[in-house]
Amino acid sequence: MGPVHVAGAYRGVVDILAALTLVVEFGMLRQALARDQIRLYAAQSALISVLAIVIGAGRGLTGLFALAGLSAALKVVAIPLVMRRLLRGPGRGGSGPAEAPGVAGSLSLSLASTVLWSLGLAAFGAFTFTAMNIHSPVAPAAALAIAAAMVLVSFALMIVRRDAVSQAIGYFSLDNAISLASLVVAAGLPLILETLFLFDLLVAVVVFGLLMRARHARGQSLSTAGLTKLRG
Amino acid sequence: MLIVVLLLLLCSLAAGLVSLAAPARAGAAITVVSGLASFGLVLAVAGTAAHRDIAYLPYLRIDALSVIFMLATGFLYAALAVYSVGYVTEETGHEDPADAHRYARRFYAGLNLFCWAMLAAPMMNSLALLWIAIEITTVVSALLVALEGTDGSAEAAWKYVLIASAGLGLALLATIFAYVAGAQVLGGRYDLALPPLLHAGAALPHTPVRLAFMLAVLGYGTKMGLFPVHTWLPDAHSEAPAPVSALLSASLLADSFYAILRYYQVTAAATGSGFPREVLLAFGVASLLLAALQVLQQPNLKRLLAYSSIEHMGILAIGVSFGAPAALAGVMLHVLAHAAAKGNAFMGAGVFTVKFGSTQLSAHRGALGLLPWSGPLFLAAVLALSAMPPFGIFRSEFQIVAGGLGSGRYAATAVLIILVTVAFSGLTASASRTLLQPPQALRPARPAAAGTDAGSAAADGTIPPGPAASEEGSPATDGPGGRAVVAVLDRPAAAAGRVLTRGEPSAWMVVPAVAGMIALLVLGLHPPAELTGLMARAAAQLGGVA
Repeated sequence: MGPVHVAGAYRGVVDILAALTLVVEFGMLRQALARDQIRLYAAQSALISVLAIVIGAGRGLTGLFALAGLSAALKVVAIPLVMRRLLRGPGRGGSGPAEAPGVAGSLSLSLASTVLWSLGLAAFGAFTFTAMNIHSPVAPAAALAIAAAMVLVSFALMIVRRDAVSQAIGYFSLDNAISLASLVVAAGLPLILETLFLFDLLVAVVVFGLLMRARHARGQSLSTAGLTKLRG
Repeated sequence: MLIVVLLLLLCSLAAGLVSLAAPARAGAAITVVSGLASFGLVLAVAGTAAHRDIAYLPYLRIDALSVIFMLATGFLYAALAVYSVGYVTEETGHEDPADAHRYARRFYAGLNLFCWAMLAAPMMNSLALLWIAIEITTVVSALLVALEGTDGSAEAAWKYVLIASAGLGLALLATIFAYVAGAQVLGGRYDLALPPLLHAGAALPHTPVRLAFMLAVLGYGTKMGLFPVHTWLPDAHSEAPAPVSALLSASLLADSFYAILRYYQVTAAATGSGFPREVLLAFGVASLLLAALQVLQQPNLKRLLAYSSIEHMGILAIGVSFGAPAALAGVMLHVLAHAAAKGNAFMGAGVFTVKFGSTQLSAHRGALGLLPWSGPLFLAAVLALSAMPPFGIFRSEFQIVAGGLGSGRYAATAVLIILVTVAFSGLTASASRTLLQPPQALRPARPAAAGTDAGSAAADGTIPPGPAASEEGSPATDGPGGRAVVAVLDRPAAAAGRVLTRGEPSAWMVVPAVAGMIALLVLGLHPPAELTGLMARAAAQLGGVA
């Protein structure tokens, strides 16, 4: 294989991985069980870690291997584990249905409208960023456009879902979208800063978890539809 | 100076960690010592930063602009540390001592850590570390908002953490695009330090810089309370404990504004100040308009003050958009004066909540008579927030308006004056309508179950019979003021129907408000020369002159 083929294959792999993360993001929009949402988040995070390894190997940025490992440990293993434990809620113990509350009815729009709106948002994000013409020395520009689309779809997820788990997962997937953007345009960002960003995410997860758990402990549902007391 | 800076960085952090494990009383003492010490250290740093920038290690850099925001936080930290001693004792409302103890421990730990993150943010030399510091403020303050454990506080905390975190997600994207811009000039090893970015100036590529600025305004603007991403703010401010509301409003919003200013500096250096100024003007006017209309009809005191914060953040954004040195110096003064005035207003609101058991304005009638210190101090704080002379905000807004007119931005200045006047009417009318009126006519009261006012032992277990007892001048009980009302409380229920007599709940809650009022008067009448020099230097840095 000549260098042109290698470059083409590299670009293809990066683009496919980036596109897959966006597909997973759309999957989150329609999931009916919190447990499955968390699984999709773990899968999306795993894709990002693989992408980091591919870019690290393709461009000789060895720091990305460490970042991929750290990111996988945190986002593929630790955060999903913490989320599931929190969902069990105190006093419910064990597993079973309580571990995986349904979030099916929490869409504030119909599923079809949600997906259509999200497609529109994704297209808007992708075209806007393509038009901005921001190039990266390490990855194809299409990946950045996909990251922008993912940012907007994750916002849509947070907005249309009225349950705490989906909203939290929406925020975490926003973080994944930012990680993707960061890999594409800022792969050389010093490892220490990337690590600090990850650590910060962990702290945010704990806070999301504590607040969710507090609601659970008060015997309230995870639905946020009732959080409408404060207005005006 | 390195030792001073390190002490400043570690003092509140250590206080927070120790308070988490220490008994409540020790936590209170540690918080007071740490608050006062931190303010002293900030003053020491300010003395130096008025003449030269301070930079240590690759990560710490304090210039005049940073110090202005550190002064605001440092002052509030000290004032609220003292205030909290009274507030936590009076307000917890927990019947179980273990619950009260747990509340106090968490409160003091959170307060110290919150202040630590807010003091650290302006000291960071890197845009990445700045983002991390602001993110830490979010997670700590979200837990503090949820501390009351009510349904309202849970709702407010959830909205806050979700919206602010999503906003900070955009701010992180801004950070990444700032790196993209920097790396194209400074190479891939660029670590997001601020001075090289400012130094690179016009060599920076315009598109990533503009994108970073827009994302920063939206992202950090979420935490600053700019329209239309302000929606968490009134909820969180109204549901948090009063000292936390004060910090959120007077210090956290300003810190987020500080982050935007750093992006403003970079963008102005790279593309000229026209683009960032127009963006800030649009967001500022929209925020000011929303807030001015909201304060006109706001029945809840803390929400009223929260909207007033959005108003003042709008004024700050507009002030920067004028770009004139006078307006920029006015913005710096406004940050300090708003911190003192809003701190005082929320401290007053906290006293009212303790005294009347409600944050509804309608429950605070007669407050001027019942609270001989806090009532007038609160009214003065509201007048200060409304930009009445002789307080600091009058001077700062005057400077901003003068700067706007001087730079030929007549239309924007006229809009600013009109909206500020609308907000002024709303704020003073809402607050004074209830404060200056005689105590409220009573609903039939239930027999008292609990609750005498601290500072008076007037409640003798009997309740004055019905509405007549509340009329002004009816000496229904033998309180020191000879006047008593029965407040119908919305929280805690057990205390509903208690007899209120003239007196302050706690001296701890009055002293810091007096200090705040002195600061407001000094800022308004005759700011010290050192401070004026510092503000001029900060304005010059912001304007790209220094």
